[in-house]
Amino acid sequence: MSHEPRLVEVRRNILKQNDLVARELRQRFRDAGVFVASLVSSPGAGKTTLLERTLTLLGERFRVAALVGDLATENDAARLARSGAPVRQITTGTVCHLEAAMVQRSLDGWALDHLDFLFVENVGNLVCPASYDLGESMRFVIVSVTEGEDKPLKYPTIFNTADVAVLSKIDLAAAVGFDHEAALHSIESVRPGMRTIALSARTDEGMNEYTALLEEALHASRETAASAP
Amino acid sequence: MHELSIALSVVDLAREEAGRHGGRVCAVHLRIGALAGVASEALLASYEMACAETSLEGSRLLIEEVPVVVYCERCEARRPLESLQSFSCPECGTPVSRIEQGRELELVALEIEQ
Repeated sequence: MSHEPRLVEVRRNILKQNDLVARELRQRFRDAGVFVASLVSSPGAGKTTLLERTLTLLGERFRVAALVGDLATENDAARLARSGAPVRQITTGTVCHLEAAMVQRSLDGWALDHLDFLFVENVGNLVCPASYDLGESMRFVIVSVTEGEDKPLKYPTIFNTADVAVLSKIDLAAAVGFDHEAALHSIESVRPGMRTIALSARTDEGMNEYTALLEEALHASRETAASAP
Repeated sequence: MHELSIALSVVDLAREEAGRHGGRVCAVHLRIGALAGVASEALLASYEMACAETSLEGSRLLIEEVPVVVYCERCEARRPLESLQSFSCPECGTPVSRIEQGRELELVALEIEQ
Protein backbone atom coordinates (compact mmCIF):
# COMPACT_ATOMS: atom_id res chain seq x y z
CA MET A 1 0.00 0.00 0.00
CA SER A 2 1.37 3.35 -1.01
CA HIS A 3 1.76 6.23 1.42
CA GLU A 4 2.38 8.83 -1.24
CA PRO A 5 0.15 11.82 -0.59
CA ARG A 6 -2.49 12.40 -3.24
CA LEU A 7 -3.17 15.79 -4.74
CA VAL A 8 -6.79 16.86 -4.54
CA GLU A 9 -7.86 19.87 -6.60
CA VAL A 10 -10.31 22.11 -4.79
CA ARG A 11 -10.42 25.65 -6.27
CA ARG A 12 -12.03 27.68 -3.53
CA ASN A 13 -12.02 31.43 -3.12
CA ILE A 14 -10.47 32.05 0.29
CA LEU A 15 -12.58 35.14 0.95
CA LYS A 16 -15.76 33.59 -0.39
CA GLN A 17 -17.52 33.97 2.95
CA ASN A 18 -16.77 37.70 3.00
CA ASP A 19 -17.75 38.08 -0.63
CA LEU A 20 -21.07 36.31 -0.03
CA VAL A 21 -21.93 38.58 2.88
CA ALA A 22 -20.87 41.62 0.83
CA ARG A 23 -23.13 40.54 -2.02
CA GLU A 24 -26.07 40.12 0.38
CA LEU A 25 -25.39 43.56 1.82
CA ARG A 26 -25.23 45.16 -1.62
CA GLN A 27 -28.62 43.67 -2.50
CA ARG A 28 -30.08 44.78 0.85
CA PHE A 29 -28.79 48.33 0.33
CA ARG A 30 -30.23 48.41 -3.18
CA ASP A 31 -33.62 47.15 -2.01
CA ALA A 32 -33.66 49.80 0.73
CA GLY A 33 -32.66 52.54 -1.73
CA VAL A 34 -29.68 53.62 0.36
CA PHE A 35 -26.41 54.56 -1.34
CA VAL A 36 -23.41 53.22 0.53
CA ALA A 37 -19.98 54.78 0.19
CA SER A 38 -16.86 53.76 2.08
CA LEU A 39 -13.74 55.70 2.93
CA VAL A 40 -10.23 54.26 3.17
CA SER A 41 -6.97 56.06 3.90
CA SER A 42 -3.88 55.95 6.08
CA PRO A 43 -4.28 57.08 9.67
CA GLY A 44 -4.45 60.86 9.81
CA ALA A 45 -5.44 61.57 6.20
CA GLY A 46 -8.60 63.29 7.39
CA LYS A 47 -11.31 60.65 6.90
CA THR A 48 -13.22 61.62 10.01
CA THR A 49 -13.03 65.36 9.31
CA LEU A 50 -14.21 64.78 5.74
CA LEU A 51 -17.01 62.53 6.96
CA GLU A 52 -18.10 65.01 9.61
CA ARG A 53 -18.35 67.74 6.98
CA THR A 54 -20.08 65.38 4.53
CA LEU A 55 -22.72 64.42 7.08
CA THR A 56 -23.36 68.08 7.87
CA LEU A 57 -23.56 69.25 4.22
CA LEU A 58 -25.58 66.32 2.86
CA GLY A 59 -27.61 66.14 6.06
CA GLU A 60 -29.28 69.45 5.15
CA ARG A 61 -31.11 67.75 2.28
CA PHE A 62 -30.72 64.01 2.75
CA ARG A 63 -31.08 61.36 5.42
CA VAL A 64 -27.53 60.35 6.22
CA ALA A 65 -25.84 57.96 8.64
CA ALA A 66 -22.39 56.52 9.23
CA LEU A 67 -20.57 53.48 10.53
CA VAL A 68 -17.04 54.07 11.69
CA GLY A 69 -14.37 51.47 12.21
CA ASP A 70 -11.75 52.17 14.82
CA LEU A 71 -9.26 49.94 16.56
CA ALA A 72 -9.94 50.92 20.12
CA THR A 73 -11.58 54.24 20.82
CA GLU A 74 -15.02 55.65 20.30
CA ASN A 75 -13.68 59.17 19.72
CA ASP A 76 -14.55 59.20 16.04
CA ALA A 77 -18.17 58.27 16.64
CA ALA A 78 -18.45 60.96 19.30
CA ARG A 79 -17.00 63.54 16.89
CA LEU A 80 -19.30 62.51 14.08
CA ALA A 81 -22.37 62.52 16.32
CA ARG A 82 -21.98 66.31 16.51
CA SER A 83 -23.29 66.45 12.94
CA GLY A 84 -26.63 65.22 14.26
CA ALA A 85 -26.57 62.14 11.99
CA PRO A 86 -26.98 58.65 13.42
CA VAL A 87 -23.50 57.18 13.85
CA ARG A 88 -22.39 53.77 15.01
CA GLN A 89 -18.94 52.66 15.98
CA ILE A 90 -17.45 49.35 14.92
CA THR A 91 -14.62 48.74 17.36
CA THR A 92 -12.39 46.23 15.64
CA GLY A 93 -10.02 45.55 18.54
CA THR A 94 -6.78 44.41 17.00
CA VAL A 95 -8.27 43.80 13.55
CA CYS A 96 -6.80 46.28 11.11
CA HIS A 97 -9.68 46.42 8.61
CA LEU A 98 -13.44 46.08 8.36
CA GLU A 99 -15.02 42.91 6.99
CA ALA A 100 -18.48 42.56 5.49
CA ALA A 101 -19.77 40.60 8.49
CA MET A 102 -18.80 43.45 10.84
CA VAL A 103 -20.82 45.87 8.73
CA GLN A 104 -23.72 43.42 8.65
CA ARG A 105 -23.75 43.00 12.43
CA SER A 106 -23.61 46.71 13.05
CA LEU A 107 -26.74 47.32 10.96
CA ASP A 108 -29.02 45.51 13.42
CA GLY A 109 -32.06 47.56 14.23
CA TRP A 110 -31.39 50.26 11.64
CA ALA A 111 -34.19 51.04 9.20
CA LEU A 112 -32.10 51.29 6.05
CA ASP A 113 -35.07 52.32 3.94
CA HIS A 114 -35.24 55.53 5.98
CA LEU A 115 -31.78 56.51 4.73
CA ASP A 116 -30.43 58.08 1.55
CA PHE A 117 -26.73 57.74 2.29
CA LEU A 118 -24.78 55.46 4.55
CA PHE A 119 -21.05 56.09 4.92
CA VAL A 120 -18.65 53.44 6.13
CA GLU A 121 -15.32 54.70 7.44
CA ASN A 122 -12.72 51.96 7.40
CA VAL A 123 -9.86 51.61 9.87
CA GLY A 124 -6.91 53.86 8.93
CA ASN A 125 -4.85 51.51 6.77
CA LEU A 126 -4.01 51.46 3.07
CA VAL A 127 -3.12 47.78 2.90
CA CYS A 128 -5.53 45.39 4.58
CA PRO A 129 -8.89 46.93 3.56
CA ALA A 130 -8.01 46.23 -0.08
CA SER A 131 -8.90 42.54 0.28
CA TYR A 132 -12.40 43.02 1.71
CA ASP A 133 -15.53 43.95 -0.18
CA LEU A 134 -17.95 45.62 2.25
CA GLY A 135 -20.95 45.71 -0.07
CA GLU A 136 -20.48 49.41 -0.72
CA SER A 137 -21.37 50.96 -4.08
CA MET A 138 -18.54 53.46 -4.11
CA ARG A 139 -15.16 53.38 -2.41
CA PHE A 140 -13.17 56.54 -1.85
CA VAL A 141 -9.44 56.36 -1.21
CA ILE A 142 -8.20 59.49 0.52
CA VAL A 143 -4.66 60.82 0.56
CA SER A 144 -3.80 64.11 2.19
CA VAL A 145 -1.43 66.61 0.62
CA THR A 146 0.88 66.16 3.62
CA GLU A 147 1.52 62.52 2.73
CA GLY A 148 3.50 63.12 -0.43
CA GLU A 149 2.66 62.87 -4.11
CA ASP A 150 3.93 59.31 -4.51
CA LYS A 151 1.56 57.67 -2.01
CA PRO A 152 -0.49 56.04 -4.81
CA LEU A 153 2.66 54.42 -6.20
CA LYS A 154 3.30 52.83 -2.81
CA TYR A 155 -0.22 51.45 -2.49
CA PRO A 156 -1.36 50.50 -6.02
CA THR A 157 -3.59 47.70 -4.74
CA ILE A 158 -5.92 49.87 -2.68
CA PHE A 159 -6.19 52.36 -5.57
CA ASN A 160 -7.27 49.48 -7.76
CA THR A 161 -10.11 48.56 -5.41
CA ALA A 162 -11.35 52.14 -5.06
CA ASP A 163 -13.59 54.11 -7.41
CA VAL A 164 -12.63 57.68 -6.61
CA ALA A 165 -9.45 59.26 -5.23
CA VAL A 166 -9.68 62.24 -2.91
CA LEU A 167 -6.75 64.59 -2.32
CA SER A 168 -7.56 65.99 1.10
CA LYS A 169 -6.31 68.97 3.16
CA ILE A 170 -5.82 70.93 -0.06
CA ASP A 171 -5.80 74.12 2.06
CA LEU A 172 -2.35 73.01 3.27
CA ALA A 173 -0.99 72.38 -0.23
CA ALA A 174 1.08 75.56 -0.46
CA ALA A 175 2.46 75.20 3.07
CA VAL A 176 3.83 71.72 2.38
CA GLY A 177 4.92 72.44 -1.22
CA PHE A 178 2.45 69.93 -2.62
CA ASP A 179 2.90 69.22 -6.32
CA HIS A 180 -0.65 68.69 -7.60
CA GLU A 181 0.39 67.58 -11.08
CA ALA A 182 2.80 64.99 -9.70
CA ALA A 183 0.07 63.58 -7.43
CA LEU A 184 -2.38 63.32 -10.34
CA HIS A 185 0.32 61.63 -12.37
CA SER A 186 0.89 59.06 -9.60
CA ILE A 187 -2.81 58.26 -9.46
CA GLU A 188 -3.02 58.01 -13.24
CA SER A 189 -0.03 55.63 -13.27
CA VAL A 190 -1.60 53.11 -10.92
CA ARG A 191 -5.22 53.55 -12.00
CA PRO A 192 -5.62 55.15 -15.44
CA GLY A 193 -8.81 57.19 -15.75
CA MET A 194 -9.53 57.30 -12.02
CA ARG A 195 -11.81 60.16 -10.99
CA THR A 196 -9.96 62.45 -8.59
CA ILE A 197 -11.30 65.25 -6.40
CA ALA A 198 -9.12 67.72 -4.51
CA LEU A 199 -10.81 69.19 -1.46
CA SER A 200 -10.56 70.67 1.98
CA ALA A 201 -13.14 69.79 4.62
CA ARG A 202 -11.97 72.83 6.61
CA THR A 203 -12.38 75.52 3.95
CA ASP A 204 -14.99 73.63 1.88
CA GLU A 205 -12.93 74.03 -1.29
CA GLY A 206 -13.90 71.14 -3.58
CA MET A 207 -16.68 69.95 -1.27
CA ASN A 208 -19.37 70.87 -3.81
CA GLU A 209 -17.80 68.63 -6.42
CA TYR A 210 -17.61 65.81 -3.91
CA THR A 211 -21.19 66.08 -2.65
CA ALA A 212 -22.46 66.53 -6.23
CA LEU A 213 -20.74 63.28 -7.22
CA LEU A 214 -22.47 61.49 -4.35
CA GLU A 215 -25.86 62.96 -5.23
CA GLU A 216 -25.49 61.93 -8.87
CA ALA A 217 -24.50 58.44 -7.77
CA LEU A 218 -27.54 58.19 -5.48
CA HIS A 219 -29.91 59.21 -8.27
CA ALA A 220 -28.25 56.90 -10.77
CA SER A 221 -28.44 53.92 -8.41
CA ARG A 222 -32.14 54.55 -7.71
CA GLU A 223 -32.90 54.83 -11.41
CA THR A 224 -31.10 51.55 -12.05
CA ALA A 225 -32.97 49.89 -9.19
CA ALA A 226 -36.31 51.23 -10.47
CA SER A 227 -35.73 49.95 -14.01
CA ALA A 228 -34.52 46.53 -12.85
CA PRO A 229 -37.04 43.70 -13.22
CA MET B 1 -1.56 42.93 8.97
CA HIS B 2 -4.56 40.88 7.97
CA GLU B 3 -2.66 37.77 6.89
CA LEU B 4 -3.52 35.96 10.11
CA SER B 5 -7.22 36.25 9.39
CA ILE B 6 -6.56 35.07 5.82
CA ALA B 7 -4.54 32.14 7.24
CA LEU B 8 -7.42 31.22 9.56
CA SER B 9 -9.79 31.21 6.57
CA VAL B 10 -7.37 28.98 4.65
CA VAL B 11 -7.24 26.53 7.56
CA ASP B 12 -11.05 26.47 7.86
CA LEU B 13 -11.49 25.82 4.14
CA ALA B 14 -8.77 23.18 4.04
CA ARG B 15 -10.28 21.34 7.02
CA GLU B 16 -13.70 21.42 5.41
CA GLU B 17 -12.30 20.01 2.14
CA ALA B 18 -10.21 17.41 3.99
CA GLY B 19 -13.34 16.26 5.81
CA ARG B 20 -15.01 15.72 2.46
CA HIS B 21 -12.09 13.77 0.97
CA GLY B 22 -10.85 11.95 4.08
CA GLY B 23 -7.26 11.70 5.28
CA ARG B 24 -4.72 14.07 6.75
CA VAL B 25 -3.68 17.28 4.97
CA CYS B 26 0.10 17.52 4.60
CA ALA B 27 0.24 20.45 2.18
CA VAL B 28 -2.01 23.30 1.06
CA HIS B 29 -1.59 25.01 -2.30
CA LEU B 30 -2.71 28.60 -2.83
CA ARG B 31 -2.69 31.02 -5.74
CA ILE B 32 -2.27 34.64 -4.78
CA GLY B 33 -2.49 37.49 -7.25
CA ALA B 34 -0.14 40.46 -7.05
CA LEU B 35 -3.23 42.67 -6.56
CA ALA B 36 -4.90 40.50 -3.91
CA GLY B 37 -3.49 42.65 -1.14
CA VAL B 38 -1.87 39.72 0.63
CA ALA B 39 1.85 39.44 1.37
CA SER B 40 3.04 35.86 0.90
CA GLU B 41 5.77 36.07 3.51
CA ALA B 42 3.41 37.36 6.15
CA LEU B 43 0.90 34.69 5.23
CA LEU B 44 3.50 31.94 5.53
CA ALA B 45 4.47 33.25 8.96
CA SER B 46 0.83 33.37 10.07
CA TYR B 47 -0.03 29.96 8.69
CA GLU B 48 1.86 27.99 11.31
CA MET B 49 0.05 29.89 14.04
CA ALA B 50 -3.31 29.35 12.36
CA CYS B 51 -2.66 25.59 12.10
CA ALA B 52 -1.66 25.13 15.72
CA GLU B 53 -3.79 22.58 17.54
CA THR B 54 -5.80 21.75 14.43
CA SER B 55 -5.68 18.70 12.20
CA LEU B 56 -3.50 20.76 9.85
CA GLU B 57 -0.71 21.22 12.36
CA GLY B 58 2.60 20.49 10.67
CA SER B 59 1.25 20.91 7.15
CA ARG B 60 3.08 22.99 4.55
CA LEU B 61 1.74 26.02 2.76
CA LEU B 62 2.77 26.44 -0.87
CA ILE B 63 2.02 29.69 -2.60
CA GLU B 64 1.96 30.30 -6.32
CA GLU B 65 2.23 34.02 -6.98
CA VAL B 66 0.07 35.12 -9.88
CA PRO B 67 1.29 38.11 -11.91
CA VAL B 68 -1.05 40.82 -13.13
CA VAL B 69 -2.32 40.51 -16.67
CA VAL B 70 -4.12 43.46 -18.25
CA TYR B 71 -6.01 43.94 -21.48
CA CYS B 72 -4.67 46.56 -23.86
CA GLU B 73 -7.50 48.13 -25.87
CA ARG B 74 -5.10 49.41 -28.47
CA CYS B 75 -3.25 46.13 -29.10
CA GLU B 76 -6.49 44.21 -28.51
CA ALA B 77 -4.43 41.74 -26.51
CA ARG B 78 -3.77 40.50 -23.01
CA ARG B 79 -0.42 41.70 -21.70
CA PRO B 80 1.56 40.96 -18.55
CA LEU B 81 1.93 44.10 -16.44
CA GLU B 82 5.57 44.95 -15.85
CA SER B 83 5.10 47.08 -12.75
CA LEU B 84 2.28 47.73 -10.32
CA GLN B 85 3.44 51.34 -10.35
CA SER B 86 2.67 51.72 -14.02
CA PHE B 87 -0.59 50.45 -15.45
CA SER B 88 0.36 50.73 -19.09
CA CYS B 89 0.80 48.29 -21.95
CA PRO B 90 4.39 46.96 -22.01
CA GLU B 91 4.24 46.89 -25.85
CA CYS B 92 2.68 50.21 -26.85
CA GLY B 93 2.59 52.21 -23.62
CA THR B 94 -1.18 52.85 -23.68
CA PRO B 95 -2.67 53.25 -20.18
CA VAL B 96 -4.64 50.14 -19.24
CA SER B 97 -7.42 49.78 -16.71
CA ARG B 98 -8.85 46.37 -17.49
CA ILE B 99 -7.39 43.80 -15.11
CA GLU B 100 -7.70 40.26 -16.41
CA GLN B 101 -5.67 38.45 -13.79
CA GLY B 102 -3.93 39.23 -10.51
CA ARG B 103 -6.69 39.51 -7.91
CA GLU B 104 -6.79 35.75 -7.16
CA LEU B 105 -6.87 34.54 -3.60
CA GLU B 106 -7.63 30.87 -4.04
CA LEU B 107 -7.17 27.56 -2.37
CA VAL B 108 -6.32 25.38 -5.38
CA ALA B 109 -5.30 21.99 -4.06
CA LEU B 110 -4.55 19.88 -1.03
CA GLU B 111 -2.05 17.09 -0.59
CA ILE B 112 -3.71 14.41 1.48
CA GLU B 113 -2.20 11.32 3.12
CA GLN B 114 -4.29 8.38 4.20
